[in-house]
Amino acid sequence: MNIHEYQAKAVLRTYGVAVPEGAVAFDPEEAVRVAERFGGKAVVKAQIHAGGRGKAGGVKLAKSLDEVREYARELIGKTLITHQTGPEGKVVKRLLIETLSDIQKEYYLGVVVDRQTGSVVIMASEEGGMEIEEVAAHSPEKIFREVVDPAVGLRPFQARRLAYAIRIPAALINKAAGFMMALYKAFVDMDCSIAEINPLVVTNDGQVMALDAKLNFDSNALYRHKDIVELRDIDEEEPIEIEASKFDLTYIKLNGNIGCMVNGAGLAMATMDTIKHFGGEPANFLDVGGGATEEKVTAAFKIILSDPAVKGILVNIFGGIMKCDVIANGVVAAARQVGLDRPLVVRLEGTNVDLGKQILGQSGLAIVAADSLAQAAQKMVELVK
Amino acid sequence: MSILVNKDTRVITQGISGKTGLFHTQQAIEYGTKMVGGVTPGKGGTTIEGVPVFDTVEAAVRATGANASVIYVPPAFAADAIMEAADAGVELIICITEGIPVLDMVQVKRYLEGRKSRLIGPNCPGVITPGECKIGIMPGYIHKRGHVGVVSRSGTLTYEAVHQLSTLGVGQSTAVGIGGDPVNGTNFVDVLRMFNEDPDTEAMIMIGEIGGTAEEEAAAYIKEQVKKPVAGFIAGMSAPPGKRMGHAGAIISGGKGTATEKVAALEAAGVHMAGTPSEMGSTLVDMLKERGLFDKCRA
Repeated sequence: MNIHEYQAKAVLRTYGVAVPEGAVAFDPEEAVRVAERFGGKAVVKAQIHAGGRGKAGGVKLAKSLDEVREYARELIGKTLITHQTGPEGKVVKRLLIETLSDIQKEYYLGVVVDRQTGSVVIMASEEGGMEIEEVAAHSPEKIFREVVDPAVGLRPFQARRLAYAIRIPAALINKAAGFMMALYKAFVDMDCSIAEINPLVVTNDGQVMALDAKLNFDSNALYRHKDIVELRDIDEEEPIEIEASKFDLTYIKLNGNIGCMVNGAGLAMATMDTIKHFGGEPANFLDVGGGATEEKVTAAFKIILSDPAVKGILVNIFGGIMKCDVIANGVVAAARQVGLDRPLVVRLEGTNVDLGKQILGQSGLAIVAADSLAQAAQKMVELVK
Repeated sequence: MSILVNKDTRVITQGISGKTGLFHTQQAIEYGTKMVGGVTPGKGGTTIEGVPVFDTVEAAVRATGANASVIYVPPAFAADAIMEAADAGVELIICITEGIPVLDMVQVKRYLEGRKSRLIGPNCPGVITPGECKIGIMPGYIHKRGHVGVVSRSGTLTYEAVHQLSTLGVGQSTAVGIGGDPVNGTNFVDVLRMFNEDPDTEAMIMIGEIGGTAEEEAAAYIKEQVKKPVAGFIAGMSAPPGKRMGHAGAIISGGKGTATEKVAALEAAGVHMAGTPSEMGSTLVDMLKERGLFDKCRA
């Protein structure tokens, strides 16, 4: 789960991570009231769940309250298109109004769970403000990493070593190390999956602070962080994905026209791949899970059909513990209930497959049966042409 | 022969009184797995499905001589369950539970260091040696006893591969699901090494997916060490970057972990890659025929 920059900074502040003074504003007058607190000069930052806001014109430096109002008017309601939003962009609804920082130098700091070591790793670089992937591609020697032993946590010597490695000014080494320790504590306490401070800045008045902050939370751990769940901004999510999550279905919207319903994440991905292999475009990823019930199958059908781009549906189920006749009954009931108006190709395999196929065949519905995933995908691609 | 589990494996179920634990314990007993006990704190002294239930894993191991444990406890308690099994000296711990917080798994991984337990999973279908021992949620009947090792990050894709093999008349030595989480107990390389060293395994199928670099590490190992034929498939060729495709670990982040990179690395290591998941079985059968191993591998 993602949150906004202003929310991330508020969370980090409670852990003693230094961030600039500022607050959120939902309209220009509120923006002005926030900026008044620090004398009028302010940064006006668009709050959307995507990086690259600066380059897209979403960050403005205001020299007066009038400029704050002007920029806030300009940004609220504007659609920002960054390299992370996709071509449709995202509409700005909230702004972060912050004090201007007197920046001496920018750095990069990131905390992630490293899959290779199975540990938390803290990464730092002198190349602040640039995307870390870019730095990794061009000058990997400029990225320094410390692997954290979970039994003892990040040690001060590791934080100092990183601070020295990225050449933080000597007088500020301890401050920078303290910043890293606080960030690590926040990461672990709040079950983050990513904490990225880019840039981390050293200011001319001797501060070490987070000019930007991105926190990403492990959705599997949200049950123990009710306060974080409250920060969710559903305007930033696909409404159809929210609807699916209510039924415990994993749905991801894609750009094609073939709706997919599959059991199992791996098989669901493989189904999309196969559609693409035969020249089609999947409209979604949808995993109904291992224990797909009739209710779940019906909900999945409704969700897929609510996407106007969908021209046909491909159902691919490997019935293991879940028997194919149960699945077939679910598909038939769902198709009847929602009123099937688009082609439906069903591939069933596994326990009681013959019975399942018989149920589909005798349903009187225009269901196209397929014997393999490849065949199902081929038939579907033909049907939506 | 086989790897990890066989007819002598003595298994306990952690979370045996829960709906999932109970159902799959019944299924395992039906399959012929040597289920020797179960653990549910507070239910010690009772009997479920004819097997004795204990309050702690330690007591269960002491009384039954169990050397494997399968975990079906809810995600919030699963990390603790794994550590309890490791503390009791269980050699093989198979965690089926999906949705364990990743930082819990970071702690588990550290806890397992220096202990003799091997963890399979979490978020996996389990391990099966056909005709001998089934631990997990896979449908037993699709498997056939044989000589092909199957290893996968995905449950249903494992069934798909096994089903194709069995239909083509090729049996499996052991099928292992390593799970779809970013931090897990056992990786491709570990399982491939076991299959490579198992005299009864003649060939392998490995099924990977987007995210992480476990497939690339497997490719490096295969290139160096494996002479047996290996067929493969990578799911997620069409997955967009930055989106978590169901599995916690299936995400392309920072341009890393794409299917294209993985397919290229495996092909360079001599693995024959199936173009679609429908061809996983036939891709391996073609390799077996080329190398004159097909008759030996027929179930």
